[in-house]
Formats: sequence, structure tokens, C-alpha cells
Amino acid sequence: MKFFEKLMSIDRRVIFLFVGVALIVPLFLDIEQTIEITPEVQTLYDAFMELPPGSKVLMAFDYDPPSAPELQPQAITGLRLCFDRNLKVIIIGLWPMGPMQANLALETVFSEENYFDKEPIYGVDYVNLGYSPGNELVIQRMGSSIPATFPRDFRGTSIEEIPLMRGIVNFSNFDYVFNLSAGYPGTVEWVQFAVDRFHARMGAANTAVQAPLVYPYIGTGQLTGLSGGMKGAAEFEKLTGFIGKGTKFMLSQSFAHMIVVFFIIIGNLAYFVTRGREEKKTG
Amino acid sequence: MDSVFSHTIAAILTIGIISFLYKDNPLYKFCESLFIGVSAGYWFVQQYYANLLPKLFDNLGITKLVGAENAPEGALQALFLEGRLDDNLLYLIAGVLGVMMLLRLSPKIGWIARWPLAFTVGSSAGLYFITYFQSNAMSQLEHTILPLNSFNNLVLIVGTVTGIIYFYFSKEHKGVFGGAAKVGIYFLMITFGASFGYTVMSRMSLLIGRIDFLFGTWLGLVK
Amino acid sequence: MRRQVPLLLTAIVGFVYIIQFFVPHKPFNIIEHLFTDWILIIAACAIWLGVLNLLKLSSEKVYKRAKDWPYALVIICGFFMITVAGFFFSGGRAFQESGTAFDYIYVNIFTPLSATMFALLAFFVASASYRAFRARTFEATLLLLAGFFVMLGRVPVGDLMTSWLPQGYRLSDLAGWIMMVPNMAGQRAIMIGIALGIMSTSLRVILGIERTITGGE
Repeated sequence: MKFFEKLMSIDRRVIFLFVGVALIVPLFLDIEQTIEITPEVQTLYDAFMELPPGSKVLMAFDYDPPSAPELQPQAITGLRLCFDRNLKVIIIGLWPMGPMQANLALETVFSEENYFDKEPIYGVDYVNLGYSPGNELVIQRMGSSIPATFPRDFRGTSIEEIPLMRGIVNFSNFDYVFNLSAGYPGTVEWVQFAVDRFHARMGAANTAVQAPLVYPYIGTGQLTGLSGGMKGAAEFEKLTGFIGKGTKFMLSQSFAHMIVVFFIIIGNLAYFVTRGREEKKTG
Repeated sequence: MDSVFSHTIAAILTIGIISFLYKDNPLYKFCESLFIGVSAGYWFVQQYYANLLPKLFDNLGITKLVGAENAPEGALQALFLEGRLDDNLLYLIAGVLGVMMLLRLSPKIGWIARWPLAFTVGSSAGLYFITYFQSNAMSQLEHTILPLNSFNNLVLIVGTVTGIIYFYFSKEHKGVFGGAAKVGIYFLMITFGASFGYTVMSRMSLLIGRIDFLFGTWLGLVK
Repeated sequence: MRRQVPLLLTAIVGFVYIIQFFVPHKPFNIIEHLFTDWILIIAACAIWLGVLNLLKLSSEKVYKRAKDWPYALVIICGFFMITVAGFFFSGGRAFQESGTAFDYIYVNIFTPLSATMFALLAFFVASASYRAFRARTFEATLLLLAGFFVMLGRVPVGDLMTSWLPQGYRLSDLAGWIMMVPNMAGQRAIMIGIALGIMSTSLRVILGIERTITGGE
């Protein structure tokens, strides 16, 4: 019984140590895992695959470095898929760090062997329009005029000088919107304005924290596909065939979840044993 | 600059923050303060280039006035050089409202900041009134009206309706109404549990990212 | 002046945004565009206000040699480091381009600090799970079980543990069902509840019933 009492008052640093070990060790292991595909991610992938070559995809990078481990693999996979299928990519960000994360994702994609001889051309195959402040107001304004909302790209070049942007006026010129979101402003605002008001077709990649909150939008069809967290990233990678960090980190993720479940079980066990003892004492 | 040097700086800062897990210490405090300072500076610069420069200074012609190269002509040039009133002159009002906001720093006339604040609150209220009604209330209600031809549909309808009943506090939760509210709580608990599961997933992912940086990018031990 | 003007401003701007939703044509769309730019300028000044306030407090701390003043100095130095880099050594408007001094600080200082700060939460979530996640009541048990199944069902190990079950009855399927049915029902109720709350609050603000922003009760 003393054992359980000690267990109840265990130093939190011991728990921290367990978590650390559970996450570090799997990075050195090479165990193959079967990743099941959820219908939400399958729908997202199908939405990309249905687009004919040359279609224009708006990618909104609404996240910052803290959320990058979850969203960067999805961004990289999304970009690879677009470039491989010859889809044109227009990048924007409602978060100031978003377009910088997009540049990092592009660097990763272009550092791969596949792209050495056929690297997509900036301004023709893809463009980064940068960040525009104003949260949902930016989406609202994009509905009436994208050139007015983003008069210059990330590099300061006037939008009129960018071939890819010729003829793009509002959401009706995009075939699909892919939002990578870590909070506000993000998927909720894109659904409210781009989808509901301007009838854009949209899918999203969200951090796992946010994903449950946007599930109702899948049920209503407001979202065409959703990929949540690192697991979503791994599924997206499996479907596209581009194996990246989402898949690589799944083993650590599994161990992490197991350790938390283990702690919940032990914590409850200790709680019930010690509570029973106290009840006996008080009679 | 050399990437090894850059990665080492990033690694030291990462370890500095992680060191808080053992106990509060000077290295952590240094990293925390650096984070606050750099974040503040980041937003300061970002808001200038993304907002104030193109929307206020360019439109008014202040950028041109201070002699910046390739700066567009603005409302002040139109007024003083061409003698005409440009539409962009209205941005002066925004400039005044912005200054009013900054006056919050002064205890004596800080109350004036309520004017620009009222402006932003009004816009949010007007914008949200419609969008939340359309996307989050009507659209969700519409898709909850489902045929009762499957178990899942039944659960979805019961869960949504009882959940809404739980949020209705103008009537005491007693009798049938109270029972329905109780069922609503059960659904909300499952929802929070699912959210908790996803939160664990999210937090662990972030940590995996940092560990990968330390052992992979920095030390090169993980491929 | 202190009370009436803010109330009037709130009402005018609020109505403009409501009307332009239904009539997105002249003159409402033009007014809305103009107001939006004004709000963005005000928002930028609000952020500057926060930053200047931080600098003011930190400077006071350093000047008075208050407790932990060296850390306040670090805040000031950190601020000036990235601001000077952003304004003077990063090519003006293209300050975020790869390779600029601003980008260097973003990648090598801002990113590790912010990412690790949030990553720390993983440890605290695990610790909280151990200490506070107890099946004390039926409601708490429901919460715990939902979390339990979702956590295991959303990683490959969950399916490995239930691989002896037929396809469609494994942990990943159960987690998927929880997310798509009871979770969606609960989230929908929350979403509708929040929407109704926001609508009523917005209306109160626009009509001047809610006066806390003007400093009133």
C-alpha cells in the first residue's frame, strides 16, 4: 500500500524523464508501422487528385514555428503534390510567420533530387504573396479583389509583373484552397468567409489541438478534407508516396501516447487503492 | 554564416528553455527574456512593413517625402504639388486614430484611446454578427436535421440538441429538461475527452520536433 | 466626448459591416475597404503600443536596478537586435527574404525559443494526466475513456494492439467514430452556442447596450 502512496506523490521530474526517454529512443529505432488512412485525409488527397494540371491552388500558411512540427510536413507534402501534378501554387499568410514557413518548406522541397533539373519557376509555377495583416478581413477583401489585398509579393515585386497572377481577381479564379492552420485566424475564418461567402472549395491541415474543433465543418461539407496533426501528416505522406517527417515521427508519437495512457492508468490505480484505504480508515 | 554555428546557437537556446523542467534557473530566465524581446521586436518590424508603411505612409506620401527610393506618390504630393484632394487623404484620419491609440501610454489623456478601440470593436461586432450566424449557427443547424435512418444520425441529433439544451441557462435544469441537459453534459464530456486526446498528440508532436532538431539537425545522430 | 463618441463610432462601423454583407456594392464596399485599412493601421498602432509599454517597463526596471533587472536588459537588447536588423540590414520591404539579417534571427533565435517554449507543454500535459485525470464520477470517466481511445486509436500502435479484431472494429475505427459522431455532435452544440452568444453580444455592442468598452458599467 505504501508503494501506491509513494506513487501518488511522485516527483514530476520523474514523469518528465519518462516522457523524454519515450520520445528520444524511438528516433533511433527502425520499426515499420502500418498507418491507417482516415476518410478525412482521403477526401483531402482526392480533392487534390481531382484537379486537372494547371489548376490554381491557394495555399494559406497560417501558422508559426511552434506549430511547424505538425504542419510543416503537411505543407511540404502539399507542395510536392502540387508541383508533381503541375498545379500552380499561390502562397499567402494571415500569420506573419506563415510565408516564412512557406519559404522553408519550398527550400526543403527544392533540395530534393527530383527537383534538381525541373525546379518549378517562381512567378510562373508558384508565387509567395507574403503576409497581409487584418485576419478575416483579408479573406473578405480577397473576395472582391486579390490584387488590392496583395499589391506586391513577398519580395516586393508588383503583382502586375508576376505572370501567374495575371487574370486572378478573386476566389472564383482558384480551383482549390488549402489552409494550413494553427489557430486564429485560420480554418474557422476561411470557412466563414472564403467558403460560405465566396463559395471557394477548401481543405485544411490543422494542428491536432484545433482539428476536433473544425470537425463539424466536415459533416456539413464546408470543408473538403481535413488532415489533423502529425498523424494526418503521416497519412497524407502515405497517400502521396512522399515519405517525410510525419511518417518518421509516428513511432515517437506512438510511444508518447502509450506513456501518457500508462500514466493515466497508474494514476487512477494509485488513486483508487489509496482512496479505498482512506475510506476504510475513516470507517 | 556557418550553419554549425547557427545550429549551436539554436541548440543552446533550446536547451536553455528545456532546463526549466529541472528548476527555474538563470539560463532559462535569459532565454525567456530574449524570447520576449525578440518577439516584441519581430512584431514591431512586421507591423511597420506589412501595415504602416504600405497603408499609411505610402498612401499619404510620407515615404516619398522622406526621400525613399521608388516610393509611390501619395495624397500629400497630390495636395501640395498638384493642388488636388486625393482620396487617400482620408488615411490621415487613420493616422490620427493610430496616434490616439498610442496616447494610451499617457495617463492624463489615455482615455482618448477608447475612440480607435471603439472603431475596432464595432467592426468585429458587425462582421461576426453575420458570419457566425451564417457559418456556425444556421449551417450547423441545417445539417443536424437528418433522417432518422441510422444509429449515427440518431446520436448526432440527440448529442447536438441536448448539448444546446445544456447551454440554455434561462430555464432551471429540472425534470425532462434537466434530464436532456444531463445527456448533453455526457456528450460534451466525450467531446472534451477527444479534444484532450488530440491535445496530447499536438503537444507531443511539438516536442518531437525539438528533439529531432537537437539529435538530428544539430548533433546529426538521427537521419 | 469620452462616452458618446466611442458609442457612436461603434454603432456606425458595426452597421457598415452588416450592411456591406448584404449590399457589397458602392458606396458600402468602398467604405468597408477604407474602414478595414483604418482598422489595420489602428491594430498596428495597438501592437506598437504594447511593445513600447514593454520597453517602458523594462527600462524603468533597469534604471531603478529592480529585482532581476539584468533580464529586463536582455529584453531590451533582444528587441533592438531584431529591430535594427529588420530596419537597417535586411533590404527594406524584402526584409523577410531568406538570407537577410532579420531572417537569420528569425530562424536561429526566434524559432528555437518559441518552438521550445510551446514544446515544454508536452511534459506538463503528461504530468497533469497523471495527477488530475481521475475517473471520480461518471462524467469524468466518459471524458477519460474518450481521451484514452482517441489517444491510442490515432497512432499506429492502437491498431497493432487490436489487430486480432476484424477490420472496422479496431481502435482506429473506434477513435474515428468518436471523432465523427459524438465529438461532432458536442462540437456542433458548442459551435452553435458560441455563435448565438457572439450574435447577441455583437448586437448589444452595436446598439450601445454593452458599454464596457467606453469605460462604463
